[in-house]
Amino acid sequence: MSVKFSKDHEWIRVDGNTATVGITIYAQEQLGDVVFVEVPEAGKQVEQGEETAVVESVKAASEIFAPVSGEITAGNPVLEDEPATINADAEGEGWIFKMTLSDASQLDDLMDAAAYVDYVAGLE
Amino acid sequence: MSDQAEDLKKTPLDSLHRELGSKMVPFAGYDMPVQYPAGILSEHTHTRTKASLFDVSHMGQAAIRGSAPAAALEALVPGDLQALRDGQMRYTMFTNDQGGILDDLMVTRRGDHLFLIVNAACKDQDFAHMQANLAEGNELEIMEDRALLALQGPEAAIVLGRLAPAARLMSFMTSEPITVGGIHCIVSRSGYSGEDGYEISVPSDQAEQLARLLLDEPEVMPAGLGSRDSLRLEAGLCLYGSDINETTTPVEAGLIWTISKRRRAEGGFPGALVIQDQIENGATRKRVGIKPDGKAPARAHTEITDKNGNVIGEITSGGFGPSFAGPVAMGYVKAEFAKAETPVDLMVRGKAQPAQVFKLPFSDHRYHKD
Repeated sequence: MSVKFSKDHEWIRVDGNTATVGITIYAQEQLGDVVFVEVPEAGKQVEQGEETAVVESVKAASEIFAPVSGEITAGNPVLEDEPATINADAEGEGWIFKMTLSDASQLDDLMDAAAYVDYVAGLE
Repeated sequence: MSDQAEDLKKTPLDSLHRELGSKMVPFAGYDMPVQYPAGILSEHTHTRTKASLFDVSHMGQAAIRGSAPAAALEALVPGDLQALRDGQMRYTMFTNDQGGILDDLMVTRRGDHLFLIVNAACKDQDFAHMQANLAEGNELEIMEDRALLALQGPEAAIVLGRLAPAARLMSFMTSEPITVGGIHCIVSRSGYSGEDGYEISVPSDQAEQLARLLLDEPEVMPAGLGSRDSLRLEAGLCLYGSDINETTTPVEAGLIWTISKRRRAEGGFPGALVIQDQIENGATRKRVGIKPDGKAPARAHTEITDKNGNVIGEITSGGFGPSFAGPVAMGYVKAEFAKAETPVDLMVRGKAQPAQVFKLPFSDHRYHKD
């Protein structure tokens, strides 16, 4: 199992050919209170970089992009009634969708934890 | 980024905001706090239950002095300013020759002169407009050296009354010179949250002292522009540049109540013919509240259609209403769709989301009544 990070502040936890995707703690801090999440439906095919989910704070809507290509297997059902789960536990219970990977080599485009920490530090 | 940040103007409370851990954003040329560590939801709820302190020093403050300031300003706005008693305050708007709104403002009669508060983004244009068009013998005095703090919420009167007992006795939409903790202020009982509260004009060099005094009170938390926006949206109050602009008239915007019988009859303000005609015959579109049936917020510029997919208008402000506990919006629809509970669709990310016209406000006004 490995965790990778995108420049759009998504994390992807890979376990074999399946993965769980969410936004980082840094991203939820930037967004503030999350009030609505639109999760994708199971069965949807997504391309790397495609708009796949929407996370809305009081102020604005933010698109969540698929960090890799594949098929959605589940959206997090908890987020419909408890969108603030993303604020409380962005990198755990606040996951947004699960997917299968169609091209595992795309993971090489993403950052590991150390590289992501440096990336965020560069944004401050 | 850094170049822009350096160009931004700062309010007299800038260092206090940073000390309080605010998140700063550019707004109307100013570096302003959008929220503090508590977050927009908490700041919103706190304002509806206790009292919050907002820095609104970016707004423009000015006075008009001269032989007949009320008559002079009436030539530029449809509000009835000659009827203002001393200390009374009124909401009105600068109009253009088409009846569109150039800015909305608060006007207070203070003895022999008028005191004005205008929007930050419009203030330079407003000041130039008045300097060019006020009748001879009346002068605009721009008050650059004053800050503006808003104390809003049901406990605002308890808080300010503790520091300045006279504030408790004030009527809604009146203004008085009041000394708060030894600082000479112009205090009005007014605001932009739908709650009771005050707006306090204070000399810039004493603004931080006053802010700290208010924040020391146990009921008060700081609040930023984020909750200011969600509060005014729930209260159904217009944001200039979003819900009203130079293409919307006061009639379309549902602001006829700001135009007295005398001014409707006499006219004498820019765009009077258009506005009088719309008052008489109705406008073709109206600003209304829109309540999405589902949970997805509909943001500004979302298309509004009828149930057959025909475009009938557009959302001008939309988001999540923390006190309403759901998405809230307002926008313009064709007049025949303006009745409350009319079903409509909102085109959110390419999908039609059902919604209905909603009688504003989403959160009942709780202004102080004598």
